[in-house]
Amino acid sequence: MNQSAPNALEMVDVRKVYPTGNGAEAVALDHATLTVGADEIVALIGPSGSGKTTLCSIAGGILAATSGTVIVGGEDITNYRERELTTFRQTMIGFVFQAVNLVPFLTARENLLVVDEMGRRTGAAARSRADQLLEDLGLSEQRKRLPAQLSGGQRQRVAIGRALMNTPKLVLLDEPTSSLDSTTGRQVMDLIRSEMKSRGTAAIVVTHDERITEFCDRNVHISDGVLDAG
Amino acid sequence: MKLALRELVRRPGRFVMATVVLTLIAVLLMFLGGLLDGLTRSATGAVRAQNGDVLVYSEAAQSSFLRSRIDPDLRATVESVEGVTATGGIGIVQLGARVPGNGPRDLASVALFGYEIAPRGVPDAPPPGQAYADEVLEADGVKQGMELLLGPARSPIVVIGFVSDTAYSGQGGLWASPQTWREVLAANRPDAQVADGVFQSLVVRGDGNASALAEAIDRATDGATKSLTVSAAAAATPGVSEQQSTFNQIIGITVLIALVVIALFFALLTVERVALYGVLKAIGARSSTIFAGLVLQAAIVALIASAIAAALVYGIEALIPPGTVPLFVSTSRVSTSVAVLILAAVLGCAFSLRRVLKVDPASALGSAQ
Repeated sequence: MNQSAPNALEMVDVRKVYPTGNGAEAVALDHATLTVGADEIVALIGPSGSGKTTLCSIAGGILAATSGTVIVGGEDITNYRERELTTFRQTMIGFVFQAVNLVPFLTARENLLVVDEMGRRTGAAARSRADQLLEDLGLSEQRKRLPAQLSGGQRQRVAIGRALMNTPKLVLLDEPTSSLDSTTGRQVMDLIRSEMKSRGTAAIVVTHDERITEFCDRNVHISDGVLDAG
Repeated sequence: MKLALRELVRRPGRFVMATVVLTLIAVLLMFLGGLLDGLTRSATGAVRAQNGDVLVYSEAAQSSFLRSRIDPDLRATVESVEGVTATGGIGIVQLGARVPGNGPRDLASVALFGYEIAPRGVPDAPPPGQAYADEVLEADGVKQGMELLLGPARSPIVVIGFVSDTAYSGQGGLWASPQTWREVLAANRPDAQVADGVFQSLVVRGDGNASALAEAIDRATDGATKSLTVSAAAAATPGVSEQQSTFNQIIGITVLIALVVIALFFALLTVERVALYGVLKAIGARSSTIFAGLVLQAAIVALIASAIAAALVYGIEALIPPGTVPLFVSTSRVSTSVAVLILAAVLGCAFSLRRVLKVDPASALGSAQ
């Protein structure tokens, strides 16, 4: 673990509740406390509806916690407003979505560059970084292809490249292998691990597939909104 | 913005239907505007061509030459007004003209003017029995040197040349001497004939502000006259304001339809893109950025539709023989239509703003859609 850099994530006693009418409330996340080191890869394992997505949404600055403290890469986002959270997501977080969700009319390279276009607009530096990432991910020859012209594994690699474009402190991967066959899934997880470790980037891999936990440094189980580090 | 432009370029098929529908609406908008301008032009050409500052009608004439009479005494009063530098009498008679070579019932509608001050583009009054004809009469087969027979009295008039944009109430102007006008009027409309020295209206030139001059003339005649600037007289030509009001209402409804079409189309596109917008928001796109892209797409679609429509309408105008359909397509009318359509497109898009704002970036997570 990188000892000098701040932790990628510190969640302390975080709750997320939703009103359900009749004055009652549903607890999606209950007093969750979780720390992820600067280059640590954590598997977040739990069944559907257990609170995995809620935890990731709060860590990624998409949802605001009802109570508790959330610090990402040393930045306390607990009381951030929507505009601040948007800027925070532009600079600190990488996402890999379950359905890959590449922009269908953009090439592989442009799908990486869209992160820069929506955020900091660094221009030439972003283009250079996109080319480097595509090369690292073995996609140089596919850089001008549209998502429909790529295989499932290649699309997932483009999504990983997109998540790394903004040099994030924390990458959140939502069921990254669920749409892949087992062989491709293992290849993608191997790639994720090597890319995160080589860049010193932390990651939370949301999954209900115990087989991919071998690629992670630590497993955290969640059930009914309650974390169990065991 | 780049994202929106790339979608337009790489997925043009998605925008074809909206572009086609908007093109048809734009053609309708420009065609209606062109018709309005053409009708106004053919109704007011003779008035707009007047080479003076003010037109003076008699008080009860309601800006109609036909109902107006200015006798020599009244003219003298007008000429005595300070600031008046010249006056010229003008009179009109509207008749059917028999054109050589046409059938006996195939009459050309003409407005014969007798004038003292030559209107813009019209030479000084020709000798008796001759007239300059408006070029719209060429569509009726009128040619230079031809003798026309006017009205039931079949008064002969020889066309000695052509002038342009001098029609009145949709009838081609014939520009003759006051004597010729008086003779033709007396022969064909004996109930409306006027004595020597009497005209229907006066064209007045002055050395000051035209509106002030018009007011001064009406004060001097103690209300016996109704004086208007030339542009006001054109707008007050009988039937013009009613025509403009009707057409403008139709044009307004057409713009409203364009707005609704854009609103529906982009609302549908927004619904289709909710998942994509969720992803873009999750990776840091602001709602304003996404909405700006939507507006840009709508404006470009409207611009393309307008450009195609403008080319079509100019083409239609070129194909229509002069004098048949009063279509006049001006650059200002086309520019205004383009601006209005783009504005409608932007406003139409605004209906999707709420939906864009409501897209939750959290929808990108935990979704396999």
